[in-house]
Amino acid sequence: MKKQTARNGRKVIIIFGWILIWQGLSIWIGNDILIAGPVDVGKALIRNIGDPEFIKSAGNSFVKISLGFFLAFSSGVVIASFTHRFPLLGEILQPVITLMKTVPVASVVILLLIWTTSENLSVAVSFMVTFPAIYFQMQEGIRSVDHKLLEMAQVFELSPWKKIWYLYRPAVLPYLAGSCRAAVGMGWKSGIAAEVIGVPNHTIGERLYTAKIYLETADLFAWTIVVLILCSLFEKTVFLVLGWINRKGRTK
Amino acid sequence: MKLEICNLKKKYEKKTVLDGVSFTLEDGEGLCLMGSSGCGKTTLLRILMRLEKPDEGAVYGIEKLRISAVFQEDRLFDDLSAIKNVWLVCGSSEESIRHELSEILPAESLDQPVCQLSGGMRRRVSLVRAAMKKSDLILMDEPFAGLDEETKRTVIEYMKKKIKGKMFLFSTHQEEDAHLFGTKILRLAAEHGSVKK
Repeated sequence: MKKQTARNGRKVIIIFGWILIWQGLSIWIGNDILIAGPVDVGKALIRNIGDPEFIKSAGNSFVKISLGFFLAFSSGVVIASFTHRFPLLGEILQPVITLMKTVPVASVVILLLIWTTSENLSVAVSFMVTFPAIYFQMQEGIRSVDHKLLEMAQVFELSPWKKIWYLYRPAVLPYLAGSCRAAVGMGWKSGIAAEVIGVPNHTIGERLYTAKIYLETADLFAWTIVVLILCSLFEKTVFLVLGWINRKGRTK
Repeated sequence: MKLEICNLKKKYEKKTVLDGVSFTLEDGEGLCLMGSSGCGKTTLLRILMRLEKPDEGAVYGIEKLRISAVFQEDRLFDDLSAIKNVWLVCGSSEESIRHELSEILPAESLDQPVCQLSGGMRRRVSLVRAAMKKSDLILMDEPFAGLDEETKRTVIEYMKKKIKGKMFLFSTHQEEDAHLFGTKILRLAAEHGSVKK
């Protein structure tokens, strides 16, 4: 307990130290366009939060990027399960998923803008960026299932539900947790980048774009902080759910 | 019901492990498989568990039988308690599982994750699991390995009671186990894979 308090205290001091360095740097440079100080950013953040459009922009981006992630997560889990059962399907999908992994976000965004409107751009981009990570890790997780327990389940004719819950779930969860840790951040970064390129109405991307146009560096920093907070909240929610699923299986 | 094993042959690369094994089992009958390491005891049991296919020969009547098993390794879910491990396979009520387990295990061990139990205790959990599963044929691969003499006798008495009327087959290195169980012995010879009764 004492150690934890000391660690937290140290963390606060380190963050406070960096904020001081940031403030010092902004005073030294003395140009609000190049770098806005923490005080100005704080003021911009409060001003933006007070704006009736804030909830709309933040909520819109949050829902769309989360939706893209959720779709990637569920389809990654389902498709990887199918490709494990039918390896030929895996071979057929492999080039497409590898392409999704390597194609630059900007190319995807421009292509999607040609094909459709910018409204659901962040859903598609967040999906495309996170899906390969979840799909490949899910495959690894399935491969890691103890084959001796699988044989036992076969001999005792365990139901498919029991196999999924007691055999596959504990094996794939660590892999899924690992992929989510990377994928959530990637999804948010690329989702917001897509919004900045496509500038859909009432989104964080649009607000960042406006800040860029009017050289409002304080607003740019303030919205970046909003993105960090939302991303962190989303990540915590994902891990809360994964943790709950993990604990649920351990009950006697 | 009847199980008929006819001229089973199995090779792993160039090594012959089963070379013309034949025998029959009927309801309530059991056999003890004996022989040195590598003579094909586990392979024979795995074929009957439908985990492997023989190169030649056939097993008649197996498709109609419900199978239960004790594997050479315990093959339990480490994070789950003894009760939950048995429940997963037999689906009986917690009360009846607890009652069965407590016949050969200390009551305080039943709710602990099995990874915290000793090797002998885990073995007993896997034996109860096999005994409680509704089955016609029980296959056991060295089921009493790792049990001390006193525990082994208690466990054998428990298993004899539980598998009454069922077909069973178990492998062991100790002839005493067969005598305690009161079964016939089928000796498998490693060199030529021949069967001596």
